[in-house]
Amino acid sequence: MSVAITLATARRVLQQLRRDPRTIALLIVVPTVLMALFRWVLSNQRASFDTIGAPVFGVFPTIVMFVVASVATLRERRTGTLERLLTMPMHKLDLLLGYGLAFGAAAVVQVGVCLALTLGPLGLRVQGSVWLLFLIGVLAALLGMALGLLLSAFASSEFQAVQFMPAVVFPQLLLCGLVTPRAKMDSVLHAISDVLPMTYAVDALQRVTKTARVEGQLVVDLVVLALVAVVALALGAATLRRRTA
Amino acid sequence: MDAVVVSGLRVVRSGREVLHSIDATVATGSLTGLLGPSGSGKTTLLRCLVGVQITAAGRVEVLGIPVGDPALRARVGYVTQSPSVYPDLTVTENLRYFAAIIGAPAADVARVVSDVGLTPHKGSVVGTLSGGERARVSLATALMGRPELLVLDEPTVGLDPVLRRDLWQLFAELASGGVTLLISSHVMDEAQHCERLLLLREGSVLAAGTPDEFRRRTGADDLEEVFLRLIEGTTASELSS
Repeated sequence: MSVAITLATARRVLQQLRRDPRTIALLIVVPTVLMALFRWVLSNQRASFDTIGAPVFGVFPTIVMFVVASVATLRERRTGTLERLLTMPMHKLDLLLGYGLAFGAAAVVQVGVCLALTLGPLGLRVQGSVWLLFLIGVLAALLGMALGLLLSAFASSEFQAVQFMPAVVFPQLLLCGLVTPRAKMDSVLHAISDVLPMTYAVDALQRVTKTARVEGQLVVDLVVLALVAVVALALGAATLRRRTA
Repeated sequence: MDAVVVSGLRVVRSGREVLHSIDATVATGSLTGLLGPSGSGKTTLLRCLVGVQITAAGRVEVLGIPVGDPALRARVGYVTQSPSVYPDLTVTENLRYFAAIIGAPAADVARVVSDVGLTPHKGSVVGTLSGGERARVSLATALMGRPELLVLDEPTVGLDPVLRRDLWQLFAELASGGVTLLISSHVMDEAQHCERLLLLREGSVLAAGTPDEFRRRTGADDLEEVFLRLIEGTTASELSS
């Protein structure tokens, strides 16, 4: 492990991102526009927007980061640069943490812009702290990134990588408690929902919506999110092979 | 002392044996050419030397250390056949990144850019360069730091003749400075630039030696003809045995 190599990798990923203004625009504009659209759809249901606005805000960065991260790492695998890096004095975690830092920085900007619009012009009202919303949003984006990095190992083309998004994200969307409250799910669905990480992001955002108190369960939610992201990154490291057939 | 020692190396890929019990050495400080038609297993053999190929049997030692040892990663430079650099970064940005990983001094970037004749393009995004220019960016990456062994997979294919001559001159300079170079090519003409040759055909070593030894053995002058006679010689002896 080397801090210098990790930082060099993060800088390189950000340089690549800078060369691609359209991706930057999509990263930042898409969640923001979707939130505005969501507010418009609920234009005469102010109370509904206040209830589910925050949980929905947490979902968009997860999806966007998932796609961007999985395609970025897939490209690294397919262009031969990954193989070259692994013949050099680079630890696998240097590479993944470098990606994590770069996309983490992108997530901070993405979530910050989206949150500023949602709380400002769109007028979302929550009981809890704005900073907590921000923290959960960034954690959710990092979770999406870590899952994207991991799943890119199982895709052999960009087509497949993009298809993983609905396969991995949509079941979580249906079961996270946004569509039906988790308390009303039957026991099988509830159990599945318990092991899906997005459930914890949505639960945390619902809690911040309802109360200013920082409850024990909220802390559990945040810890689970961070742990799943770390485990996904570690599993992602295991999928990077120095030796291949 | 040999920089590379390969013994009994076998590689099986999707059920087919592509390298059949290879024995070979590369002398330290030599400029050795790995020649053979495409599909003869050159790339697979080079991949074994840098430790990215899963092998079925045999031993590979590089600089006296079994391959796969992390200690080798800073001492061996490897250039793949298709350029493995970032198309969305500039030449300099690519090299700065790889320099940071190898731990090469920042001054190396300008040196290797000039070595491969890319100084006028150092600020260009690699994706906008021609295929040959991209290949040279990839080559430049391996020249940074102080590699003791350079493993280059067809680094001169498709390049302008003047540039090819310059690169072979650079390789010879590196070799006289003590660096060991193993360079593959399917163009038999390139053998004339090498001190030693390793001829690979259908996953086996057909012959090894200096170009002069080959000429004496076969009585041919032209290297293309030398190889033809070597290949036909083995086929004839295989038939008679």
